[in-house]
Amino acid sequence: MGEHLSSAAIENPNRRDFLFIATGAVGAVGVGAVVWPLIDQMNPDASTLALASIEVDIGAIPEGQIVTVKWRGGPVFIRHRTKKEIDDAVNTPLSDLKDPQTDQQRVKRPEWLIVVGICTHLGCVPLGHEGQYDGWKCPCHGSVYDTSGRIRQGPAPLNLAVPEYAFLSDTKVKIG
Amino acid sequence: MSGTSSYVPKSALGRWFESRLPIMGLVHSSFVAYPVPRNISYLWAFGAILSFMLIAQIVTGIVLAMHYVPSAALAFASIEHIMRDVNYGWLIRYLHTNGASMFFLAVYIHMFRGLYYGSYKAPREVLWILGVIIYVLMTAAAFMGYVLPWGSMSFAGATVITNLFTAIPLVGGSVSHWLWGGYAVGDPTLNRFFSLHYLLPFMIVGVVGLHVWALHVTGQNNPDGVEVKNVERDTVPFTPYATIKDFFALSVFLILYAWFVFYIPNYLLDADNSVMANPLVTPAHIVPEWYLLPFYAILRAIPNKLVGVLALGAAIALLAFIPWLDTSPVKSAKYRPLFRFFFWVFVVCCIGLGYLGSQEVSDGTTLAARILAFGYFAFLIIVLPLLGLIEKTKPMPASIADAVLAKKGEASAPSVAS
Repeated sequence: MGEHLSSAAIENPNRRDFLFIATGAVGAVGVGAVVWPLIDQMNPDASTLALASIEVDIGAIPEGQIVTVKWRGGPVFIRHRTKKEIDDAVNTPLSDLKDPQTDQQRVKRPEWLIVVGICTHLGCVPLGHEGQYDGWKCPCHGSVYDTSGRIRQGPAPLNLAVPEYAFLSDTKVKIG
Repeated sequence: MSGTSSYVPKSALGRWFESRLPIMGLVHSSFVAYPVPRNISYLWAFGAILSFMLIAQIVTGIVLAMHYVPSAALAFASIEHIMRDVNYGWLIRYLHTNGASMFFLAVYIHMFRGLYYGSYKAPREVLWILGVIIYVLMTAAAFMGYVLPWGSMSFAGATVITNLFTAIPLVGGSVSHWLWGGYAVGDPTLNRFFSLHYLLPFMIVGVVGLHVWALHVTGQNNPDGVEVKNVERDTVPFTPYATIKDFFALSVFLILYAWFVFYIPNYLLDADNSVMANPLVTPAHIVPEWYLLPFYAILRAIPNKLVGVLALGAAIALLAFIPWLDTSPVKSAKYRPLFRFFFWVFVVCCIGLGYLGSQEVSDGTTLAARILAFGYFAFLIIVLPLLGLIEKTKPMPASIADAVLAKKGEASAPSVAS
């Protein structure tokens, strides 16, 4: 290709140069079209995507308890928070937080905290009612979360994610 | 060094075949007439041991795949089935699981030997880099193999390692979903890991082929780090000398392997992996297999997620750059007193990191891991480049033959200073 693109050729491209580049471009598109399905087949498939939401009866969860439900193959924590846990979360100054978010931004009803139970460090499942903030503590690398699921200590960079959810009634919540 | 073979087939059929496909000549020049430095020690037997382990893992692995079911619902039970019902299934599985550890034990000795004797220096840089590629492929194969029994530690390991990719800014989340084929490690993940676990050993075979090819172009390094100057004086033929020595070393190594398989087959396995994977619970104390512990300790030593992951990657990637990080022209640590000291400090750092990686996180272990991780990186990027400039090396023997004869206390040619 180098010799075809001498300065004279660039100033005066001929038919052969055009065909050369056009053929190459079509070839590149063709290779891309063949490779993409081979890559995309690894993405979550239609049956996985179809399992995107669940409904949970929360009526039986007593105050202070954390229930773990399975959503999209992983855990979601539903925590019925006590007055003290809510107050601790609300009264934490934002300046103490690594990933600043108010408690109000993370809940729809203060007594119910619903978060994805996957540590934002490397994906382990944190243990409830542990760590110095009585929120969660990750057994893998020691990240500590508070009663709002916010990261307080350790290597995790972000708060526990809040999934999309809606209260269908006082005792029923739809996640996803 | 190569091309010394003067192989002539004895039979007419052999000559007919050789003139059409000279494969016997290739084997003869590579494994029979191939000149081996006459001063190499048993540390040079680990290439042959590794070749054996690779074949052993492939053979036992193919057999296990005949009985294993790569499905999240059935994988764990299929391992139980192999252990209890399949004829000699217990033996084949224990050979395979302990074989992985033996493979890594041999590869670490092989790598530290290369480091100690400067086997990565010109003209063996490509040989060394191919070795690093083999090592990376081995860790990938071992990691995916560890996931297949679908125990709780398999699941946690798969989760932690694939989550390393979530540290990538912007696209990290999409990359991990792509790796999982879902929103978490699950059935699709297990299936693709099985597929790749079957593929990787054959890729390793390919790179080992290149590794051996590169080795046979440059010839082997040796404990004195002096290149072969006179094939007659400095070398012996591969067969019978190296062949018999390798077989003996392999036999001794197999005693250790057999001891693990028959007497303590579960010593290196984690009890938590005898509990089936549950995506909703992570075992209380997560540890990788012993051969990955030093890297795990480096990951945990760093409080920032992205930096931790980068450090983990750099700890392995830097190995490929050692040929250029080490600025000294002298190969063997035998003639490099300062290097020899720092080499052992580096070994202590690696073993110390391995120990810390197996312990639960505390302020003390984190601090110690930081110090040792600093030692690990400092050796590679500070000590190696600096030593070449300041170290006063010892006089080197003029040739391999001189080194051997001097050791024997016989008359030898005068040494020349490096």
